[in-house]
Amino acid sequence: MSAITRDEVAHLARLSRLALSDDELDHYAAQLDAIIVAVAKVSEVAAEDVPPSSHALPITNVYRPDQVRPSLTPQQALSGAPAVEDDRFRVPRILGEEA
Amino acid sequence: MSLIRKSAAELGALLGAGEVSAVEVAQAHLDRVAEIDGKVHAFLHVAAESALAQARAIDERRAKGERLGPLAGVPIAHKDVFTTSDMPTTAGSKILQGWRPPYDATVTRRLREAGLVILGKTNLDEFAMGSSTENSAFGPTRNPWDLTRVPGGSSGGSSAAVAAYAAPLSTGTDTGGSIRQPAAVTGIVGMKPTYGGSSRYGLIAFASSLDTPGPFARNVLDAALLHEAFSGHDPMDSTSIDAPVPGVVEAAKRADIAGLRVGVVREFDSEGFQAGVVARFHETVELLESLGAKVVELSCPSFTTALPAYYLIAPSECSSNLARFDAMRYGLRVGDDGERSAEEVMAMTRAAGFGPEVKRRIMLGTYALSSGYYDAYYGQAQKVRTLIARDFEAAFHQVDVLISPTTPTTAFPIGERVDDPMAMYLADLCTIPANLAGNAAISIPCGLADEDGLPVGLQIMAPVLGDDRCYRVGAALETALESRWGGPLLSKAPAL
Amino acid sequence: MSTETLMAYDEALERFEPVLGMEVHVELGTASKMFCGCRAEFGGAPNTQVCPVCLALPGSLPVANEKAIESTIRIGLALNCSIASWCRFARKNYFYPDMPKNYQISQYDEPLCTDGYLDVEVDGRIVRVEIERVHLEEDTGKSTHVGGATGRIQGADHSIVDYNRAGIPLVEIVTRPIEGTDRLAPEIARAYVAELRELMRALGVSDVRMEEGSLRCDVNVSLMPRGTSTWGTRTETKNVNSLRSVERAVRHEIERQGAILADGGRIIQETRHFHEDTGATTAGRSKEEAQDYRYFPEPDLVPIAPDPEWVESLRSGLPELPRVRRGRLQEEWGASDLDMRSMHNADAIDLVEATVAAGAAPADARKWWMGELARRANEAGSALVELAITPVQVARVCAMVAEGAVNDKLARQVLEGVLAGEGGPDEVVERRGLRVVSDEGELSAIIDQVIADNAAAADKVRGGKVAAVGALVGGVMKASRGKADAGRARELILAKLGVSE
Repeated sequence: MSAITRDEVAHLARLSRLALSDDELDHYAAQLDAIIVAVAKVSEVAAEDVPPSSHALPITNVYRPDQVRPSLTPQQALSGAPAVEDDRFRVPRILGEEA
Repeated sequence: MSLIRKSAAELGALLGAGEVSAVEVAQAHLDRVAEIDGKVHAFLHVAAESALAQARAIDERRAKGERLGPLAGVPIAHKDVFTTSDMPTTAGSKILQGWRPPYDATVTRRLREAGLVILGKTNLDEFAMGSSTENSAFGPTRNPWDLTRVPGGSSGGSSAAVAAYAAPLSTGTDTGGSIRQPAAVTGIVGMKPTYGGSSRYGLIAFASSLDTPGPFARNVLDAALLHEAFSGHDPMDSTSIDAPVPGVVEAAKRADIAGLRVGVVREFDSEGFQAGVVARFHETVELLESLGAKVVELSCPSFTTALPAYYLIAPSECSSNLARFDAMRYGLRVGDDGERSAEEVMAMTRAAGFGPEVKRRIMLGTYALSSGYYDAYYGQAQKVRTLIARDFEAAFHQVDVLISPTTPTTAFPIGERVDDPMAMYLADLCTIPANLAGNAAISIPCGLADEDGLPVGLQIMAPVLGDDRCYRVGAALETALESRWGGPLLSKAPAL
Repeated sequence: MSTETLMAYDEALERFEPVLGMEVHVELGTASKMFCGCRAEFGGAPNTQVCPVCLALPGSLPVANEKAIESTIRIGLALNCSIASWCRFARKNYFYPDMPKNYQISQYDEPLCTDGYLDVEVDGRIVRVEIERVHLEEDTGKSTHVGGATGRIQGADHSIVDYNRAGIPLVEIVTRPIEGTDRLAPEIARAYVAELRELMRALGVSDVRMEEGSLRCDVNVSLMPRGTSTWGTRTETKNVNSLRSVERAVRHEIERQGAILADGGRIIQETRHFHEDTGATTAGRSKEEAQDYRYFPEPDLVPIAPDPEWVESLRSGLPELPRVRRGRLQEEWGASDLDMRSMHNADAIDLVEATVAAGAAPADARKWWMGELARRANEAGSALVELAITPVQVARVCAMVAEGAVNDKLARQVLEGVLAGEGGPDEVVERRGLRVVSDEGELSAIIDQVIADNAAAADKVRGGKVAAVGALVGGVMKASRGKADAGRARELILAKLGVSE
């Protein structure tokens, strides 16, 4: 039995904003299936009472003082933009409202 | 001996004594780049003019009697995953082709402050994801030992540049082995500092909790000099350690290991490893004993699940880190015909701009973080991460350093594993535990495999902030091995 | 917009019991942004307050603003919350062009503050609103939609984005479901937001200007049939951006949902938008797929573990909370419940307090702020606090009246002059020549003239009809253009006419 279906891969591609062709979906579905079967090995480890680690080291409380530092100029900020209008980033029409 | 064959320390001394100018040194290396890079393809961008200008500036400062650091005027090749305000920065991806960052990474800034002359930007697996540099959008880098083989990855451009004498030093980043593995398969030294010991600010993120900048060099002392030059606390990186950099240069000079306790990780010994790798590893263990080290074998059982845990944690973080490449503010934009929505343009751009490995990892990470799967995958991988850190902790109660082969095999042929992600991932088997736990670890050359005559690497792992131990042991072994070989291992590499 | 059936409010309340939930976002008034050093001020020229971090340039990393953490803890303490001893930021992943990283740094299952409450007063009744959580996150950029007929997102040709706002610290305050409000649900929702706003001001953590979006409110409403105890499906009305709108949005949702339920219909769990012009809510665009935000701990930031001593020092440094303060002021001022409520509703308490602090009698301060000045603010369509007059200036006017230097009528002219930018009260008096005529010689001359001009009236007074003196006083006031002291003028007139009272 496969660990992941082609439909699930299509869903992942949508969630990840990747416009994949049907051929690509087939290709990735097979590869992801093999990878997921392999990585599922982590679930065999008995670790119920083990706390998860999100970070490599147990550092806490790193802050910066509330001080203003120089910003980029608008020219610098917009220098890499694919399209600019009125000192703003011009983007294609947005379909949905903010989540 | 020609300038390009000299070590960074030697060049630093010659420059300091005024016996050679930084411009001459830079020019010699730029000539070497021009000579070999058509074959090796270590560089994505060669900055000849700015390198010579930097070198001139160093010479002028020295002429005025300014006291400069030990690496001032020494050339360096810089992995193209660090932002540079005066050079393009691509991370090996089409999605960033032509992007010029408006700021320098902290590592870049510190290289400049140390007076290092940046020759150019080196090739890498796209977004540092890979073990062969074949995932670069701009074509693979080739191993200077055998141009049909990979130079390792993801920092393969940096390892190849140093191994091919195009630069005495280079920078890399290590997320699962991306410095140590390329160092091992090209016969040079590569160090992954303690996580947080070197700044990630301006390093284009692959997996935030694992990414660690580190040095490549042809010998241990050079690596330590570069390590010292760009490491240390950075207030721009919240995960940066606010503590002094361990005395790595002194440790590399001291190179004394009598009485040192060395642990051999049983889980990374022999099974599934190339015979030549195992043979060199065992010889090195014996050599350590002969040098007065006390060697014990010990078990780190969780290390066997490090690889699957890594291939959940790193893709999860990358799926989020790479979301910013969306065609809105910088980089590639595909399909914007005035009709398509932002959502469609994002998806088309990302499909066109990312290569297959990046897409695989983004989808894998998205999967591992999805509701319903989070606990079984990402959550469980984080628990394994805790267990690995505990294994290290227990081991370091018994020994001062742990050793293993750096990689299970020598450099593999280009193309061999491109379509087999799981086989490719195995290259990082031994290096991943140190990333998950944040430890320091180094790879040094320990000989050539009998069956293919290619370099084998030894990995030395030390506790968090025990970076100096890696250098101390590495330097001692280097001295002993080179006296056995009659010179550096790299001198056995065929001429390019 | 579809015409919707609404149920009369009273009928809806008879049949259903509303359950409320409030999510309020407050932009903190820090000098710099949440995770970078860019200025966090409102209204700069587009993309002038951005840097590699808040533009999410490749390689940039966030570092948390200590003041924002501190402000969030103070808000939590003021809301009687527990402060987490250890918690983390989390990434909320979703793609949207105004969010540069395509994830928002927020908090998920480990908020900084939990389990608090805020007491609000409505019609003399105290309602305890339970707070589920207070957490810290970052704001997004601002899109402007270009082309199309309406300038709205639907039908636009493209959009342009300014990221100045991206990364401004945002505190989210979430209530537990508020039950038992009964027919006061709209008023309680409003009072909660008003009280919260005042609390933020008292803490000095935000300028809480709803019209500028530094306080944004999402209102959740559901109905359950009377006599049952299972909550209905709720709707979430987004960005309700004035106190009045909060009240109207709740009322409208009750009327709308009541009609649907009474008709046997089903409430859809959805996001709705409030329209200021009609007072109605409309459904947002429904998502094809359920959102999956894939929250996970933010690896670029380290956990927050506030030192308990620090938290205690913040607790002891909290200012007097608004409701406590109002009680104290009421006592000090000897004001009635009604007076206090009207001052509170008009946002006049701070102004009156400052005016009293500048020396005015509480009754006088209240009289001017709630009378003449409230009328002027109303005419101008602005808030009291926005009037171009300071409490110190109002106190000066009160003092002038108390000294008898001006009378009430003149005082109104002084206020008018100050509001018109003619200077401070003394300057206005000087320039307009508004001082009461107290020079006896000048007044005496005016009176002589008025008596001469009004011989008939004067005779009546001389003849004992003292009431007729009013016409003469009126004449003096007119002749002096209101600057005479009417009482003194009366005395002098009677004396001159040889009449005593």
